[in-house]
Amino acid sequence: MRRGALQARLWAAGLWTLALTPALVLLARALGNRLGANPIEELTLELGQWALRFLLLTLAATPLRRLTGWTVLLRHRRLLGLTAASYALLHLLVYAVLDQGLLWSQIVGDILKRPFITVGMAAFVLLLPLAATSFDAAIRRLGARRWQALHRLVYVATGLALLHFWWKVKADTAEPTIYLTVFALLLVARFVAPGHRFRRRPPAGRQPA
Amino acid sequence: GPLAAVPRGPFGTDEALTPRQFVTGYNNFYEFGTDKADPAANAHTLRPRPWQVQIDGAVSRPLTVDIEELLQPKNLQERIYRLRCVEGWSMVIPWIGLPLADVLRRVEPLGSAKYVEFTTLHDPEQMPGQKRDVLPWPYVEGLRLDEAMHPLSFLAVGLYGDVLPNQNGAPLRLVVPWKYGFKSVKSIVRIRFAEQQPQTAWNVVAPQEYGFYANVNPQVDHPRWSQARERRLGEGLLASRRPTLPFNGYAEQVASLYAGMDLRRDF
Repeated sequence: MRRGALQARLWAAGLWTLALTPALVLLARALGNRLGANPIEELTLELGQWALRFLLLTLAATPLRRLTGWTVLLRHRRLLGLTAASYALLHLLVYAVLDQGLLWSQIVGDILKRPFITVGMAAFVLLLPLAATSFDAAIRRLGARRWQALHRLVYVATGLALLHFWWKVKADTAEPTIYLTVFALLLVARFVAPGHRFRRRPPAGRQPA
Repeated sequence: GPLAAVPRGPFGTDEALTPRQFVTGYNNFYEFGTDKADPAANAHTLRPRPWQVQIDGAVSRPLTVDIEELLQPKNLQERIYRLRCVEGWSMVIPWIGLPLADVLRRVEPLGSAKYVEFTTLHDPEQMPGQKRDVLPWPYVEGLRLDEAMHPLSFLAVGLYGDVLPNQNGAPLRLVVPWKYGFKSVKSIVRIRFAEQQPQTAWNVVAPQEYGFYANVNPQVDHPRWSQARERRLGEGLLASRRPTLPFNGYAEQVASLYAGMDLRRDF
């Protein structure tokens, strides 16, 4: 195997490991009764935080290439984005099934009446069309330009997810502040920093993934 | 433990006790950090001996009480109370301590005293969480005088047969079981009788979310979550929430304190 190909495989394996490890660790903790006094809260919080971390990692792909020429995240952006969406889905499922016991009146009431849950739900809903159009055929069908415009929604979803996290915290906003700072830096690096090239079509074979 | 022989007092429950490692490992005590596991990890810097509590304000006989005096086993009893946190979880805890009224009566409150204010120690060296402005320090809580004198109101110096662990508010904390947990102020250094309603910590930070009364009430939601149901800690991943009871199940004892009040407004 050529060295480049081997390296690419190692990177792919590494990112898959990164994507799966938090879920496996949480599963092991759940099965081993090691989630602490309030296991459902712990699970919900951890899954939500991993969704946010993978969203931010996804958003780092383009700035990273532009600033350092490093394309590894860009080449695996689909994996990172789908991982974020999967953690968001698990977060929502733990809330709906384990925490609320699928008590629909309560869940719908929460979504309608409580802005912090409304905003979290909106962030999740915005991720759905992105996950649904993340495969190559959808890119071809939509055309790169429209596909890219649609996938800009990831910034809105991330912003809403951060607001959801911020609102949830009772008094100590240290952790949401870190995420918000990273998000702001990524936005600057993506849209404001010098050297930004508007709407350059990606070269063939380098389709956004 | 050293306080294991203390007799059981009134108002008990036959509900299962919350396992001790959760009672002492899952705490809201922002003086030692905002994560639930922080107090157990950080509270070793607190020095609960020697310790004195100043009792003053609108009283005839201001008094300074030494913790050693309060710890005399002959004065103590065990009270098994439910604790309901405003965040929607609950525990059942075997406290050891003495009725608050027993202590308050000794200072002979004046007729003008309408409230009782409780203040936590303020010492960032012992309480490193106070180096950050998460809450206005020191932590202050308060009760109306009739609430403070109610037989359910309790000063805890121990739990599970042992002296109170630091992370649970050593050496002396309030326990008001029909109110949300944040009213039960920890590591008390001062009790002051007041004519005006005290400025209490969470009520100052977010008055729309945390009222002065903070009676457990399934009918009045927190702005960000429902208070209708609660999660009993220690019951595992698959247990469902249980309905929250008015006044945390102590309505028979305390509902009359609030006769004629609009508990939606005075939440």
